[in-house]
Amino acid sequence: MSTPAIEVSELTKRFGERTVVDRVSLSVAKGEIAGFLGPNGSGKTTTIRLMCGLLQPDGGSGRVLGHDILTERGAIKREVGYMTQKFSFYEDLTIEENLSFVAGLYQMRRRREVVRDTLKDLGLWTRRGQLAGSLSGGWKQRLALAACVMHKPRLLMLDEPTAGVDPKARRDFWDEIHRLAADGLTVLVSTHYMDEAERCHRINYISYGTLVAQGTVEEVVRDAGLTTVVVTGEATSEAANKLRGAEGVDQIAPFGNTLHVVGRDGEALRRTVARVAAETGTQVADAETSLEDVFIQLMGDARDNMS
Amino acid sequence: MSRWLSFARLWALLVKETIQMRRDRVTFAMMIGIPLVQLMLFGFAINTDPKELPAALVAPTQDRFTRAMVGALELTGYYRFVAPDATAAEAEEMISRGDVVFVVTVPSDFGKRVEKGDAPTILIEADATDPSAASGAISTLGTVAQQALQRETGNTSADPAALSVVVHKRYNPEGVTQYNIVPGLLGVILQLTMVMMTAMALTREIERGTMENLLSMPATPLEIMLGKVVPYLGVGAVQVVVVLAAARMIFAVPMMGSLSVILLGIFVFVLALVILGYLISTVARTQMQAMQLTFFFFLPSLMLSGFMFPYRGMPGWAQALGEIFPLTHFLRLIRSVMLKGADVHTVAQSLLALTVFVLMLSLAALMRFRRTLD
Ligand SMILES: Nc1ncnc2c1ncn2[C@@H]1O[C@H](COP(=O)(O)OP(=O)(O)OP(=O)(O)O)[C@@H](O)[C@H]1O
Ligand SMILES: [Mg+2]
Repeated sequence: MSTPAIEVSELTKRFGERTVVDRVSLSVAKGEIAGFLGPNGSGKTTTIRLMCGLLQPDGGSGRVLGHDILTERGAIKREVGYMTQKFSFYEDLTIEENLSFVAGLYQMRRRREVVRDTLKDLGLWTRRGQLAGSLSGGWKQRLALAACVMHKPRLLMLDEPTAGVDPKARRDFWDEIHRLAADGLTVLVSTHYMDEAERCHRINYISYGTLVAQGTVEEVVRDAGLTTVVVTGEATSEAANKLRGAEGVDQIAPFGNTLHVVGRDGEALRRTVARVAAETGTQVADAETSLEDVFIQLMGDARDNMS
Repeated sequence: MSRWLSFARLWALLVKETIQMRRDRVTFAMMIGIPLVQLMLFGFAINTDPKELPAALVAPTQDRFTRAMVGALELTGYYRFVAPDATAAEAEEMISRGDVVFVVTVPSDFGKRVEKGDAPTILIEADATDPSAASGAISTLGTVAQQALQRETGNTSADPAALSVVVHKRYNPEGVTQYNIVPGLLGVILQLTMVMMTAMALTREIERGTMENLLSMPATPLEIMLGKVVPYLGVGAVQVVVVLAAARMIFAVPMMGSLSVILLGIFVFVLALVILGYLISTVARTQMQAMQLTFFFFLPSLMLSGFMFPYRGMPGWAQALGEIFPLTHFLRLIRSVMLKGADVHTVAQSLLALTVFVLMLSLAALMRFRRTLD
């Protein structure tokens, strides 16, 4: 395989006393769609900014598209498309003016045509004269995304690009991402949605500034080593009460009439659930551990992110 | 196209900045409104040759000589005796409160001395809080009083016992006139608006979060600086036209020197100002801070540049401090050229000083510019 699109090691960033990104090493292969997950405040945005050359790391090194993140920021900026978490285009410029501005900054040829095509693809051609600030939240996201792929970057860094976007637009967005990746574009995307995580080739889970899990979805689920059983029957709520805090039980999540019970210690879990099932007259079956179960487990394990 | 500057990128930045400026109605109105309002206020309200200044008279013996003299003084239009028969203590209190600007004291032996042919003395105390205010009133005093006395005594010959007037006040060498104010005002208006507008321009990007996006795109610090500075140079040009036209048409300020020297001076000065504003915006985190920093700079420069108080009338340390403000050099330049007809050689030193400001400020701004969000 060729050199990875992103290869950073031991990246560290401190704000004052707090270490917000703690020795994060990350590798993303060319053409890969890498998911970046983690609870609020875990350091996703900060890590992305470090990799875009927008923040000066306090430690560590790395290359993005072969360029050093410490010394070759200019080259990185030309070849990376970065979509910020918060809308950061000019609200007092129209949609078209914003796109023209971006096209100009990237010194694109045939700017008019590129902007026109982008507007038409977006379905914003008729609204091109509208101020960007007056767009709805979801449309702002879509505009921002369109703006950051306009210069045909080789790497996209998307910070929660689909927050607040409706399901249809999200589906379209992910189809588009996969299409771009098939043509060789590399994508690093942060998200809080499980279904989106599952559409990534690989995921990286960060917690409290530390990378705690990475790999394909299957690998992450397998490495977590969790056992999941489903409890069904009439008295699931009674069973839930008895299971809470019991030996071997780490998570209980009701889904309609069923109960998902997750634990790290499989044997202890099965023993406890079997006992409770007998007491309450419910049935037990083995189940697949989902990515969400894993994440909730990881979040529970992590220290408080807000401290 | 060099590494530092691409015209395509600069053009994109300029277009964007100009559109934003145009859409921000309030700010835009302020850019044209501030010069006009300031010009009208300063130009008309600040009268540096004030008339009818309130005065107190301390004259224990109100004889005919005293009355004649007071009458003559009132006729000059400079004095208005609001307390024509005050005691020394009352007068002292009034001047310290600011109720009167002058206290004229006629000693009790004044009449006797006049009649005997001895040299009489009167004392004028002037409120020196505003040293320029009283100069007109004081300069007329001696002659007017002397003439009044001569009329009253019927003695028109060369008088050996001439009246001596003792004046207690600070000397004010650059008698500020209205002609002096308007060119100075050009500098002050440009300074206020140019520095403030540019100081806010970059901080606004930080405050609104658009800086993150701008920095993630390939614009160089030089391009970003020029993109911010050039549009405001344009605004400055409009202000200059407005103020110079008003100076000519409303205040009839003479234009002794060459217009091209004036415009050259203005250009370098405005350049220094916008770059200073830009420098401020690399330091400030919020628009509020940018505003405060602007005023932190603005007020002392107003005081020490020679706009408010005559430069040569200030103590040495204040004059030295005044040298660090571009406004000081600009005022020297514009007054010399506009009012005294100085040519480019005469004002070369001021021009040079302004150029040094431009270079130093640009360097500092480019160094201060944060390429990252840290
Ligand atoms: N400029 C800054 N100065 C100080 N602290 C900061 C700064 N930027 C981020 N932080 C802190 O760093 C931590 C990580 O923030 P970051 O924005 O990277 O989290 P995140 O994973 O993107 O969270 P979210 O999912 O909510 O977007 C937070 O606790 C935040 O308060
Ligand atoms: Mg974030």
